[in-house]
Amino acid sequence: MTNVIRSAPPAARRSPRQRLLARLWRHRGLYLMLLPGLLWFALFRYWPLWNAQIAFKDFQPVQGVLHSPWVGLEHFQAFFSSFYFSQLMTNTLVISFAKLLIGLPPAIILALAIHESSRRGLARVTQTVTYLPHFLSWVIVFGILLAMLSPGSGLLNKGLVAAGGDPVSFLTDPGAFRAVVIFSDIWKETGWSAILFLAALIGISPSLYEAAEVDGATRWQRIRHISLPGMLDVIVLVTLLRLGHILDAGFYQIYVLYSLPVYSVADVIDTWVYRQGIQNFQFSLATAVGLFKGLIGLLMIVIANRVARRFAGQGLY
Amino acid sequence: MTRVRRQNDRAFDRTVNAFLIAVLLATLTPLVYVVSVSLTPLGQTTSLLPRAVSFNAYEELLRQPALIRALGNSVFLTLSGVLISMILTVCTAYPLSRPDLPGRKFLTGVILFTFLFSAGLIPLYLVIRDLHLLNTYWALLLHGAVSVYNLLVMKNFFQNLPESLEEAAKIDGASDLQVLWHIVLPLSKPILLTIGLFYAVTQWNSFFEPVLYLSDARMMPLPVVLRDILTGLNSAEYIESAATTTAPPDGLKMAAVVLTTIPMLLVYPWIQRYFTSGTLSGGVKG
Repeated sequence: MTNVIRSAPPAARRSPRQRLLARLWRHRGLYLMLLPGLLWFALFRYWPLWNAQIAFKDFQPVQGVLHSPWVGLEHFQAFFSSFYFSQLMTNTLVISFAKLLIGLPPAIILALAIHESSRRGLARVTQTVTYLPHFLSWVIVFGILLAMLSPGSGLLNKGLVAAGGDPVSFLTDPGAFRAVVIFSDIWKETGWSAILFLAALIGISPSLYEAAEVDGATRWQRIRHISLPGMLDVIVLVTLLRLGHILDAGFYQIYVLYSLPVYSVADVIDTWVYRQGIQNFQFSLATAVGLFKGLIGLLMIVIANRVARRFAGQGLY
Repeated sequence: MTRVRRQNDRAFDRTVNAFLIAVLLATLTPLVYVVSVSLTPLGQTTSLLPRAVSFNAYEELLRQPALIRALGNSVFLTLSGVLISMILTVCTAYPLSRPDLPGRKFLTGVILFTFLFSAGLIPLYLVIRDLHLLNTYWALLLHGAVSVYNLLVMKNFFQNLPESLEEAAKIDGASDLQVLWHIVLPLSKPILLTIGLFYAVTQWNSFFEPVLYLSDARMMPLPVVLRDILTGLNSAEYIESAATTTAPPDGLKMAAVVLTTIPMLLVYPWIQRYFTSGTLSGGVKG
């Protein structure tokens, strides 16, 4: 200390601390600019993390987050040992995996078809039209599904009846509801998912295709030996990213589509958290389940990132 | 090239094009049918293409003050939401894109963490409640004002702008805000428009958060009203009694779907034009 005071350094040779302060001061405009955004993250992203402690408390609105009594892991135990735990996990995982396994191949095939088509106009129109539904609200898609699926006037049911079958109430039939969720997701998102694969295809060097053509490869062979390997990294990355979000089965979609008759096959973690927390005022229990989901999500995404770094040569974030 | 191969290639080509047409039809059929139902006159059965056309359902809907009010609410929420989101996103992304800003890595990490881990719905709801934002539009404008994904895409875009321009301005004595306003933003129009549209679409489409945070039915935006019309819930509030109705109930529902979709279709060509795979893919990295 005395040393520093005795030999006050010239401006050019200041102590590291002074240099840092000078750098901070020089950037004061940028820090000022950051302030509103950081305040937003503090209020709307980090304050909730602080509030998450009510997962370990018996939250009483009057006492507030801080003064509610601690109860340890009581809510977690109540959730894991309850009868709805296995149902929620099953529904969440079945819907999520089905969306991934049934939804990804069409996106890959669509990208390949758009890339291979000799009619550029058709390819462009298909691309534009298929990613339009991505921008529609799930409420709008709900309306479209009513038009297609309602037992009386739905187009699909008219077809079923015309073919000699019986109409099906797809949206309220537990046997059909998951299929509605999965296929409406495919209708809405396939075009959008195809964009990433298409970008990978466009990135493949044309000389590879030319060389293959010279060697006498058929179109199928070119897809198998050039296009698919060229997309592999992106396919791996997208799959891993989806696996990282495996407990997000699509809250908005299910929230707007489901109803009491199909809860047994449609209720997922997020919809349950909403009903328990907001509608039944079980704030602590719902937070515990939300926290459980958040932690699994974090774990999955970290693992996925590791795997991506190893197999695709680049991380997810 | 052998003849067999050429024939195979031609068959392949036909298969590919037939597949694209099938996909196109599968995507468009539901949309066409919705429009058709909305135009089908009272008392007629619906079909994929309407046999007769009536605009009664649209007239009926546009006469409902509740629906017009919801449309106004949605427009207001979308415009102010985009404004707030863009200011916050740009003002956070730009400083974090400066390579020489002390603490840049740490702050980016702090922000990225919220992308990877969330405590869920209830803790955020309590924040909105404790800030006394329940039943105000501030709740809808602020709860998700910044998307970390959009923020990182924008930060990457700023990072890839040529450094020399900004340095020249700095030497001329311009402040950080001046550099951002006069040099960086004019160069970033495509990305600003794309991300602005993404925020607009999110706000326009949102139906769960209004239900969660608002209680006053008069404040609800269009998608919430659309959902109520579709489920028949509170629909008496939006559509007068069936006795005065000149359009079939299904027609009214589908006309409401079409009316909610139209603004989306109007901005879609712009999304299309400025949307390039390069601007958005790979945005999370770096």
